[in-house]
Amino acid sequence: MMGMTPLLVAADLSKTFAKGGGRVVALDHASFDIAAGETLGLVGPSGSGKSTLARILLRLIEPDGGSVRFAGVDLLALKGARLRAMRARIQMVFQEPLAAFNPRATVAGALDDPLRIHGRMDRHGRKTAIAGLLERVGLDASLAGRAIHEISGGQRQRVAVARALATKPDLIVLDEAVSALDMSVRGQVLQLLVDLQREDGIAYIFVSHDLAVVRAVAHRIAIMEAGRIVEIGPAQEVIENPRSATGKALISAVPRLRL
Amino acid sequence: MTEILASIRDLGVRYDDAMALAGIDLDILLGERLAIIGESGSGKSTLALAVAGLLPDEAACTGKIKWPRLGHAPQPGRDIGFLFQDAGPSFNPVLTIGEQIAEVARHHLELGWGEAYEYTLHLLERVRMPEPHRALHAYPHQFSGGQRQRLAIAAAIAARPRLLIADEPTSALDTVVQAQIIGLLDGLIREAGMTLLFITHDIALASGFADRIAVFHDGRIVEAGNASRVLARPQAGYTARLLASHIDLDTPPLVSGYPA
Repeated sequence: MMGMTPLLVAADLSKTFAKGGGRVVALDHASFDIAAGETLGLVGPSGSGKSTLARILLRLIEPDGGSVRFAGVDLLALKGARLRAMRARIQMVFQEPLAAFNPRATVAGALDDPLRIHGRMDRHGRKTAIAGLLERVGLDASLAGRAIHEISGGQRQRVAVARALATKPDLIVLDEAVSALDMSVRGQVLQLLVDLQREDGIAYIFVSHDLAVVRAVAHRIAIMEAGRIVEIGPAQEVIENPRSATGKALISAVPRLRL
Repeated sequence: MTEILASIRDLGVRYDDAMALAGIDLDILLGERLAIIGESGSGKSTLALAVAGLLPDEAACTGKIKWPRLGHAPQPGRDIGFLFQDAGPSFNPVLTIGEQIAEVARHHLELGWGEAYEYTLHLLERVRMPEPHRALHAYPHQFSGGQRQRLAIAAAIAARPRLLIADEPTSALDTVVQAQIIGLLDGLIREAGMTLLFITHDIALASGFADRIAVFHDGRIVEAGNASRVLARPQAGYTARLLASHIDLDTPPLVSGYPA
């Protein structure tokens, strides 16, 4: 895009799953790229393939075909130590943070894990890093000793963001990361994500079924339907002039305040 | 003169030491669509359960709910239909859809099995189930989330209740299916002249079809009134904050064209 070297280039990604004796096409030759510091919104109805796509980029599942180049490296060919090292550079935040943490862990413990696994810091260095991470996501240092299940949903999602930041990633995949939050908290977490991106130049893939939320944070939007990317372009253009039937349906389905 | 279906006075609900609702005064008017708006912990679902008489045993309840029109305590399922966020657990997984909805009609409308099946087929058509004949003989797991919510609506309205309580009925669905289900509910309520109590965290969703809105926060009503008044001229600061936190396609984006 626009002469920038893409951070990630996905080409022709395909995936089918077995279901009820037949096969379901989850991804059908999906191609896109994303630049450093950019947010790509991935929007589509349930079952359109957006979560499958996100999980392939995280190397949680393998595609049947296609390629992914990340920072010039063939991401799908990585194994062992090189794959583990790469995992530090591509992080994730999911919808339900309680399910994404060991529920008995403390906030500090949850942040210590990635620092221990990916960093080369001693105990004291990690403690300083944890304090820094909490401050960056707007959480009070006194929360460090609290259990994950004791804090509020909004605080928990901030801890999930802090954990993703711990390894200094180039890309964070956010899968419905604000969908379970109360409205008043949701706006604050979105603003936090945008601020962090401005400071660090992190790229985001922001997966959601809610086009209005995606539009608030995405530079470009890709619309998915039945495993295919049916439309991709600058956020404003896609919202103002959708070309695909799915894009039009998603736009008309956004609840509007009727005053 | 608007008739009152249910009159809630000084309702309070506690679970152990935690207050869930306190000092609730609210009338549900016959034939209206009343939206209860609130965030997590506001007490909105507890209100729905209290009105339906479905509070768990450990809940301590004070105050009164009167049903002047019925003249007796409402019978859940017969006088009140209930829709939950997730329709899955409402169905028995080993019985067909037809058996389960026909049973409601048999029990509450005193129909024979043959008539009850006929009636169920008619209900499945009314909730616009694709291939209603097949749906009658299918099992709950064979349907998508959106279709299961259509089936749950058919079951909830089977006994022709006066009041339908819908607690976040579309929160687990994507926005496109959500719009379809809301359109369906809206039409059915109008046709049948039912009263709707719609519980949601989404004030914009409620703004599309509610006659009145009551805003809940921390177990209390912060304001209630005609939907157009509450939305255009909120009196409580909390309501104004909820309205300001709404994001739709007219909200200014947090990022501009391209990354710096």
